[in-house]
Amino acid sequence: MRPLRFPAAILIVCALLTACSNQAREERSGPAGAQRGLNGPNASSANLMLVGAGSTFDYPFFSRAFFEYNKLHPNVAVNYQSIGSGGGIRQFSSRTVDFGATDVPMSAKELAAIPKDRPVIQIPIALGGVVIAFNIPDGPTHLNLTPSLVADIFLGKITDWSDPKIARVNGGAAQKPLRITVVHRADGSGTTYVCTDYLSAVSPEWKNSVGKGKSVNWSAPSSVGAKGNEGVAGQIRNTPGAIGYIELAYALQNDIQYAAVGNAAGKFVLPSFGSIAAAAAAKKNVSPSDFSIVNAPGDQAYPIAGFSWVLLYQRYPDAQKASALRDLFHWLLSDGQQLAKSVNYVPLPPAVTAPALSTVAKLGKT
Amino acid sequence: MATESIEIASLPRTTTTAVRLRGAQLADRLVVGFFGLAAWLVLLVVAALFVTLAIAAWPAIKTVGWPALHSALWDPNNGKFGVLSFVFGTLVTSGIALLLAGPVGIGAALVLAEVAPKRLAGPVAMLIELLAAVPSVVFGIWGLFVLAPVMRGAIEPALARTLGFLPLFQGYFFGVGILTAGVLLAIMILPTIAAITRDIFEAVPAHQREGMLALGATKWEVLARAVIPYARSGIIGALVLALGRALGEAIAVAMVIGNKPAISASLFSPGYSLASVVANEFTEATGQQYLAVLVGIGSLLFVLSMLVNVAARLLVWSVGRSQSAARA
Repeated sequence: MRPLRFPAAILIVCALLTACSNQAREERSGPAGAQRGLNGPNASSANLMLVGAGSTFDYPFFSRAFFEYNKLHPNVAVNYQSIGSGGGIRQFSSRTVDFGATDVPMSAKELAAIPKDRPVIQIPIALGGVVIAFNIPDGPTHLNLTPSLVADIFLGKITDWSDPKIARVNGGAAQKPLRITVVHRADGSGTTYVCTDYLSAVSPEWKNSVGKGKSVNWSAPSSVGAKGNEGVAGQIRNTPGAIGYIELAYALQNDIQYAAVGNAAGKFVLPSFGSIAAAAAAKKNVSPSDFSIVNAPGDQAYPIAGFSWVLLYQRYPDAQKASALRDLFHWLLSDGQQLAKSVNYVPLPPAVTAPALSTVAKLGKT
Repeated sequence: MATESIEIASLPRTTTTAVRLRGAQLADRLVVGFFGLAAWLVLLVVAALFVTLAIAAWPAIKTVGWPALHSALWDPNNGKFGVLSFVFGTLVTSGIALLLAGPVGIGAALVLAEVAPKRLAGPVAMLIELLAAVPSVVFGIWGLFVLAPVMRGAIEPALARTLGFLPLFQGYFFGVGILTAGVLLAIMILPTIAAITRDIFEAVPAHQREGMLALGATKWEVLARAVIPYARSGIIGALVLALGRALGEAIAVAMVIGNKPAISASLFSPGYSLASVVANEFTEATGQQYLAVLVGIGSLLFVLSMLVNVAARLLVWSVGRSQSAARA
């Protein structure tokens, strides 16, 4: 072992030096460097770089939309880092990015940490649905589940697919005996928030014992946590008898069985662009303090859905940046929404975009 | 060379030697200084890491404190931060990994260094070292999509049939869980153990073996009485290094451990580890206390690894002492 020590020391020093110089390069390629037109997706002509960070849920939509926006406005490039909502809020609060994105709006407590002279505006930007997916070998493609059934399964009170309560809402057709395994997200996520928000809305027991959050204490004895939507989808596919929740895009892209969930009007509704948009449209006056659209009224509305939000400051020291952000999010709320479908996101209904557009119009104009 | 000798001839002899000596001293000093700096830099990095972690975790240590260490209730939503199940999962999965990979790794190294023909040993050793270069996320994906179904469909049922009288091998087969994470970690640390122990076996002086052979020992006796005892402390060092990797592995474990903050007697049941909870929850953690707790878990892992390291050093030291005592 002895002769190994010197080379090892050299390697470590080299690694440290490279790490330092990499960091320096990254710092240089930040907003300042980009403004000089040195970097960015369209480095040849972009002279303004907007930097955002946050929600991984928004990332596929944002990367597509910002790419298209750069084609329309070659002088503006947007660099979005999908580091998670929590990280987005932290970076936005410490002003290391121009805008943030989060699956759950900033709470009053988080807003209180920001100086009073820098008011924050939060606008809904993307709409997502959460699908209850399951794996019953040779079972039906879709299964009807009432809200109380969903809650009891996730609470671990219903433990077998052959339970008569499941058969009763599915035309009396009983499933073969098969143990239910609950699969949930192990990483903190907005998807978990929307799902637990729904369960809290329909089940007082869930609300009191588990509650809603981006990471909760899953109490079902037969439960496993998987990482990311792809992890949950993979775990469900691997485990006969599994049930879990994933984003709509993952259910549409993968060949997976999923449930029609009973809504507030007592109808069983499959998740789709139409049924999720119907849930969003049913909510009047969506605001950062009153944003939940789970268990929405209406025959067509799918009950498990939620918005993702963009965080902006009312004022920016740099007027050019403020106007660029205003234009960008005006576009993203109007024409940009049409790109949502191409990446399996639900376009925001006009009832939601109209107030958001008027909020964005005031950005930078105090 | 020719010009140099002319120059030397034209100069008074004593000065040249002095200049040369001074040059050598300067080079010496430079080299010593550089490596000294490197050594201190490593220490500095470790110390800085620990201090930063401790400062960032201080709010958690103050508010959650020691009770967190003997509670397994993890419910960040309601401000409950018990970390015992993570400590349990980390130690048990790493223990399984070492138990599985240790004998296999040492055995493979022994064969490669002592038994197999050189023409075969070279390529196989290279393949083993290649395994060490596979990124952990690749191991994780493989574990989730290949290993977990095999565990659920074949290995766990077989274990339950044969060893099912033990509580360790009872319960429902999830595919993911403590045992699967342990097996995956074993595969991940195998190259570390095999590669290092092979080098150690090869460093055993030939006269050790020749001495045994001269006494009429068989091949097995040479390995068991001369090679392995000579290499013992080096083998333990390799195991410690491998254990360090197992303790700290985050992503691969997060993908196959089942991520359930619970302590169960059954190795089939899902669990959780310190590193994977940080990897899972850090990005979405909001609120000062929650973040501080996660950083605190990082520091706990740091301390745990250090304790394991110290314990292993003590083991090596005591083994070395008993060996020399036996010799004397």
